[in-house]
Amino acid sequence: MKTDIILCGVGGQGILSIATIIGEAAMNENLYIKQAEVHGMSQRGGDVQSNLRISSEPIASDLIPKCAADVIISMEPMEALRYLPYLKSDGWIITSNVPFVNIPNYPELEEVNQALAKLPHVVAVNIEQLAKDNGVPRSANVILLGAAQQALGIDYEKLEAAIRRVFARKGEVIVEANIKALAIGRDAQE
Amino acid sequence: MKKLLLGDEAIAQGAIDAGLSGVYAYPGTPSTEITEYIQGNATARERGLHSRWCTNEKTAMEAALGMSYMGKRALVCMKHVGLNVCADPFVNSAITGVNGGVVVLVADDPSMHSSQDEQDSRFYGKFAMIPTFEPSNQQEAYDMMAVAFEYSEQQCLPVLMRVTTRMAHSRSVVECADSSRQQNPLNYNSVAANWVLLPANARRRNDKVTAQQAQLEADAAASPYNKFISPASPVGEKYPLGIIASGIAFNYVNECFPEGCPFPLLKISQYPLPKTLVRQLLDSCERVIVIEEGQPFIEEQVRGVFESQNILGRLTGELPRTGELTPDCVAAALKADSAQEAAPSFNSQLVVPRPPALCQGCGHRDVYTALNEVLKEYDNPRVFGDIGCYTLGFLPPYKAIHSCVDMGASITMAKGASDAGQWPAVAIIGDSTFTHSGMTGLLDAINENADITVIISDNLTTAMTGGQDSAGTNKFEAICRGLGVPEEHLHVVVPLPKNMPEITRIIREEINYHGVSVIIPRRECIQTFKRKAKVKK
Repeated sequence: MKTDIILCGVGGQGILSIATIIGEAAMNENLYIKQAEVHGMSQRGGDVQSNLRISSEPIASDLIPKCAADVIISMEPMEALRYLPYLKSDGWIITSNVPFVNIPNYPELEEVNQALAKLPHVVAVNIEQLAKDNGVPRSANVILLGAAQQALGIDYEKLEAAIRRVFARKGEVIVEANIKALAIGRDAQE
Repeated sequence: MKKLLLGDEAIAQGAIDAGLSGVYAYPGTPSTEITEYIQGNATARERGLHSRWCTNEKTAMEAALGMSYMGKRALVCMKHVGLNVCADPFVNSAITGVNGGVVVLVADDPSMHSSQDEQDSRFYGKFAMIPTFEPSNQQEAYDMMAVAFEYSEQQCLPVLMRVTTRMAHSRSVVECADSSRQQNPLNYNSVAANWVLLPANARRRNDKVTAQQAQLEADAAASPYNKFISPASPVGEKYPLGIIASGIAFNYVNECFPEGCPFPLLKISQYPLPKTLVRQLLDSCERVIVIEEGQPFIEEQVRGVFESQNILGRLTGELPRTGELTPDCVAAALKADSAQEAAPSFNSQLVVPRPPALCQGCGHRDVYTALNEVLKEYDNPRVFGDIGCYTLGFLPPYKAIHSCVDMGASITMAKGASDAGQWPAVAIIGDSTFTHSGMTGLLDAINENADITVIISDNLTTAMTGGQDSAGTNKFEAICRGLGVPEEHLHVVVPLPKNMPEITRIIREEINYHGVSVIIPRRECIQTFKRKAKVKK
């Protein structure tokens, strides 16, 4: 198997935690992993992305070529559109539909939603509302991961186990909140 | 033992496992995570390895040399422009030579994701006659650390290890040793005459190091990290194309040819550039393309002054002249099948840039608000900025600074402008940048009582790189007094909206005072503040 994933959002939205969970699940399966991250200046509220590649065969490049990504996972709807040139013709977009407006010229939300709706495989979820309604306000990013599970082609149980390992040292309450968030995301995609 | 590590972390783990005794560094993207990893590592703590941040790259490089002189292994880490700051000890470290192994790790930032230029550190290695390693992936970076320390001790020279952003900040599974080599004991094998660079000693050492270069090149030719890879199926007499790929460029070439590269491929990860391997490639191919991350370092050497028509690369337009390599631009240069497949299916015209900005609640915001309010009362005020989060004050809504060149330049440039007749001339510099390179400039200004106003915007941390300790915390008033700033022109304020009347009054008074004054707005970085609050919970 080989899955190329672009994780994106705005600096501070928690895309690296999603990457950590997927990476942990993949490493446990003895898969090859490459994950290019963005550190430094753009983390201050700028657009950020991470290229995550997992494969049963060795991976050469740390970066995903254009038209090669199987999945775009985005914490923000306009940011999902930013990486469209990297998406395969049959690739999936799993995105939050809540805009993060920290620039004066953010496009009309209606137009962003229409652009997303035109694409063949899109799951758009209001992860922040779901997180609040279900009492897991800090786990919106894991809800998004749950919604992406099928597109990622990683077994649900394996992501669950990875969450347990990644959050273990933060205590049982946080582990359970994230397990719950993953299930909410899975159910939201259906 | 398998670990999922950033390139930076693989380097750090590799150094610890190679028997490191100390890391010396100043934070700088994309190199910061190396030192942070060592600071948090259990073995490093148990062994009491030195890992505190240094005031700047020059103090770091010199401390590492001191450790090496005593026989122990030291690692120095910095971003590419940091090598300019420590160029003096770096270049001279080849002339003194080393005793315990020294690895100078420099992380270059092509495409300038977080930098002011895209200088290529391999030029420094060549010019200082220091052997240079350039790993192609995280595993190689880990493995190379042990090799580099050993080679450094064997050759009595420091080793320059050059990585770039994508290596430094990309994670991969790395097979690590189960245990770490012991540290070197203290030893006194070094020869004092080598370390005292009086001309007579330096001339002798310079001859020795110059003569050593042939051996270094022979070692590079024999290095397992430099590989000549021939295609499985040979063609007639000459191949139409050969490829030289250095460092991570090697991966992009392999990405283009999933079934195996159809051309002879020379992978370079150790310098001096081994001419025998290059000759072998040139002899078997009609044309050769050089693919390297950064500036055309190999390409210029191979083309030579006569500009061979058969050497392709960044200088001939096959690859972009500047900027980071991508699998896409390499595929286009190699006319690989994947290049044809890369016509995007989707695109959107709606997307607008989202530049970084000062955080909500950041004290620098209040400083710029106050400064702008006062400066609109003057004709042609000029504000000399510096390197840090507060460089973002250039962007709207503040548009508050008129320069940003290098660490510490705000104060000295304000002084130069004042010497030229500019008034008001204001310098704005962060706390960590001030101790890194601003103090000496302030002394110049004080010695001439320059008509400048210096704002040291103190957020009690090195914020831009993620909140590392700042060398001068709690010492700024004492430093300024010690350098000679008059007590009545040294002020500390708290940058909060409620203090605006006081802050604007002080800035105005000090601009109107025709001499050096220092204003220190002090409030903790909102990011480190939030992080601490979270930990307390």
